[in-house]
Amino acid sequence: MAASRKGIAIIGGRVIDPSHGIDRVCDLLIENGVIEAITDGSGDSAIDGYEVIDAMGQVVTPGFIDVHTHLREPGEEHKEDIASGTLAAARGGFTTVCAMPNTEPTQDNASVLEWVVRRSAEVGAVRVLPIGAVTVGRKGETLADMAEMAAAGAIGFSDDGDPVVDANLMRQALSYASGLGNGGLAIMNHCQEPALTRGAQMNEGAVSNRLGLAGWPNEAESGMVARDIELAALSGGRLHICHLSTRQAVEYVRTAKKRGINVTAEVTPHHLTITDEWVLGHHGEAVAAVDVAAYDTATKVNPPLRTRDDVEAVIEGLRDGTIDMIATDHAPHAQTDKLCTYEEAANGIANLETAFASVLSLYHSGAMELPVLIERMTAAPARFLGRAAGVPLGTLEPGGPADVTVFDPDLEWTVNPDEFASRGKNTPLAGTTLKGRVTLTVYGGAIAHDFSRQGAAVDA
Amino acid sequence: MARTRNAVATREAPPARRSRKGPVTKTPEGISPSTQPELWTGPDRHLLDLDHVSTQEITEILRSTDGMKEVLSRRVRKTPALRGKTIVTLFFEASTRTRVSFEQAGKVLGADVINVTASASSVTKGESLLNTVRTLESMHVDVLVIRHPHSGAPYFVASHIDAPVVNAGDGTHAHPTQALLDLYTIESHLGGVAGKKIAIIGDLLYSRVARSNLWGLTKMGANVVVYGPPTLMPPELDNAEGLDGVVRAASMEEAVDEADVVMMLRIQRERQAAGHLPSMREYSRVYGLNARRLKLAKPGALVMHPGPMNEGIEISPDVAHGAQAVIEEQVANGVAVRMAVLYMLAARGASGR
Repeated sequence: MAASRKGIAIIGGRVIDPSHGIDRVCDLLIENGVIEAITDGSGDSAIDGYEVIDAMGQVVTPGFIDVHTHLREPGEEHKEDIASGTLAAARGGFTTVCAMPNTEPTQDNASVLEWVVRRSAEVGAVRVLPIGAVTVGRKGETLADMAEMAAAGAIGFSDDGDPVVDANLMRQALSYASGLGNGGLAIMNHCQEPALTRGAQMNEGAVSNRLGLAGWPNEAESGMVARDIELAALSGGRLHICHLSTRQAVEYVRTAKKRGINVTAEVTPHHLTITDEWVLGHHGEAVAAVDVAAYDTATKVNPPLRTRDDVEAVIEGLRDGTIDMIATDHAPHAQTDKLCTYEEAANGIANLETAFASVLSLYHSGAMELPVLIERMTAAPARFLGRAAGVPLGTLEPGGPADVTVFDPDLEWTVNPDEFASRGKNTPLAGTTLKGRVTLTVYGGAIAHDFSRQGAAVDA
Repeated sequence: MARTRNAVATREAPPARRSRKGPVTKTPEGISPSTQPELWTGPDRHLLDLDHVSTQEITEILRSTDGMKEVLSRRVRKTPALRGKTIVTLFFEASTRTRVSFEQAGKVLGADVINVTASASSVTKGESLLNTVRTLESMHVDVLVIRHPHSGAPYFVASHIDAPVVNAGDGTHAHPTQALLDLYTIESHLGGVAGKKIAIIGDLLYSRVARSNLWGLTKMGANVVVYGPPTLMPPELDNAEGLDGVVRAASMEEAVDEADVVMMLRIQRERQAAGHLPSMREYSRVYGLNARRLKLAKPGALVMHPGPMNEGIEISPDVAHGAQAVIEEQVANGVAVRMAVLYMLAARGASGR
């Protein structure tokens, strides 16, 4: 942005801000890093001196928020670092990402969190909010110093890919964290009963049987979801279910919310859009016989891709608000982590740059209204963060930080992981065509991603 | 999974007794023209499981096996059919029977056979499977035979190298040459498998032998009845795989009743440790094949086992070594079937590249 400019004016776009129920064509004025105004039909004089971005035919929303991201730094910079991961976030329309603690060293104490916060301020393309570990070393044995981490900026606590297996420890963690932050911080649990998933490689069902891969039954998730809901009720703490993937778990959360229990839930783009049949290869298309495209390690993720029935259930859960928000579980890996047998392959999908276009298919298919979908990526995660971020997020309210995402809902593009900003090229969507693309990401009043400029050059 | 059903619905009618007068292609030295197989005609030139092999191809392999049996019956068991070809067996799991069977098959056909086992290779030094395979390929391999403890490993390998790949057993997924030799053994005694009742008993959940046999037997028109502990039965076995003609029996007696073939599966002791079974003693009493139960089958019904047997557990010694057992014959047929498979793939490898 030229220094002489007054600010940025994004004009003529369809502005959708679910935090205020806004959904109309209007102009957005940004100045000094904050939202200056949302104006209807501002004349030429009003935008005089601004850098003008014509968003006609496009949609303008608050910057997306991802409460579940793996940035890999410190410790696994060959997979991703804060600079590459946040650039990937900007490309995907995210202006805030919450960094999971499976780093090396683990984000289980204030000094590591402070380092992540400082490093993110130095090199991050967007805002990074750290998540602290629940237990020391994520080992599930001793509670980590959660109050100190909260003071250092932790927005919640999670042992990441490892569930808190010990029920009493989970109870204590929920209780302890309820006294932190403003109104308590959440324990974000990866619900997976380990005894039911020993050696598991994919969803348990017809496809796992056909491929001879050990199965991960739905009940290993839903059983722990049910347990955690009871512990949240018992402790009065805040429970957040990570990447919910099963019909049964949706039902438990729906019931828990009716009971008034303090529980939130997230779902990933892949669990909303693709099924375990993708493990057979050919992007889930029907195959007469298993061929060499099967055992596609890019489809290996935890929790695993589920059945069509589960996908329908999580879509319905997201639509009716049982599932509060979409979170990417962005999990970048090195090529060698996936260039191996299915059993040896690492779990995870590099999601940030395809997440929004993936879930936009729910809008294109008519499964969800666009403002509802946007709410699940902006206002809902902002509510989850509450005041932990220190500034109002997920809104275009004047005076708040100018985090804005602009996308063309109809622009089609073919996924080519080689063009990702992320170091993780691991996605089952490689070669597929998605409809809808983030064209502009503004973070704190500055352009963090512009598809028409660097994006087009890089992505061509 | 409607798509797999389609595959089954459109399958060709099961052939009757296979004809010995097949189409003739080129004739390698030492193999009579009447038993010469067609070149591999499938969508790819690997043998990874039987689901991607047509009934016609299965029939051709079995016909070719007849010729290979004849070669094996000669006083000098050697032909130059694959002279100058290199076959590598790459075994990441201990297996005397299958590895030796492939090795003998290749050597009788005159190929150079190089055996690589996991403990002897650089895999234990942390080299990846892919690097190992690429290294082998750079030394020029005409056929790669692989056994691996991970399901799908041969598929991964096949997608990264040019040479034809034969799956010699992958994890708990497939073991297609075992299924072929079982088909061959049944056909040679009963004249065909179409319409026959084949009982498969034991650990269906973890058995790669059973999985491949289900494909092979159903493709060829058999009526397959399966039985085993509920803890070791796959979910949705009878409908989800698109396997027409597979029925779950409610009891051992029902499974064996009037069967033409009783195929017993090996029970692994680790199933007990993993909580699938209370004890081997109980397994033997409830799920083992003994002379009393075998009497329920048709007179002269075949008793089969892929080996190695746990005698006294899944099969009693008197049955295992009784008149109806064809278990040693299975082993002998294994060499001939593998000769047929290697020959078909190596011949394709010669002309197809």
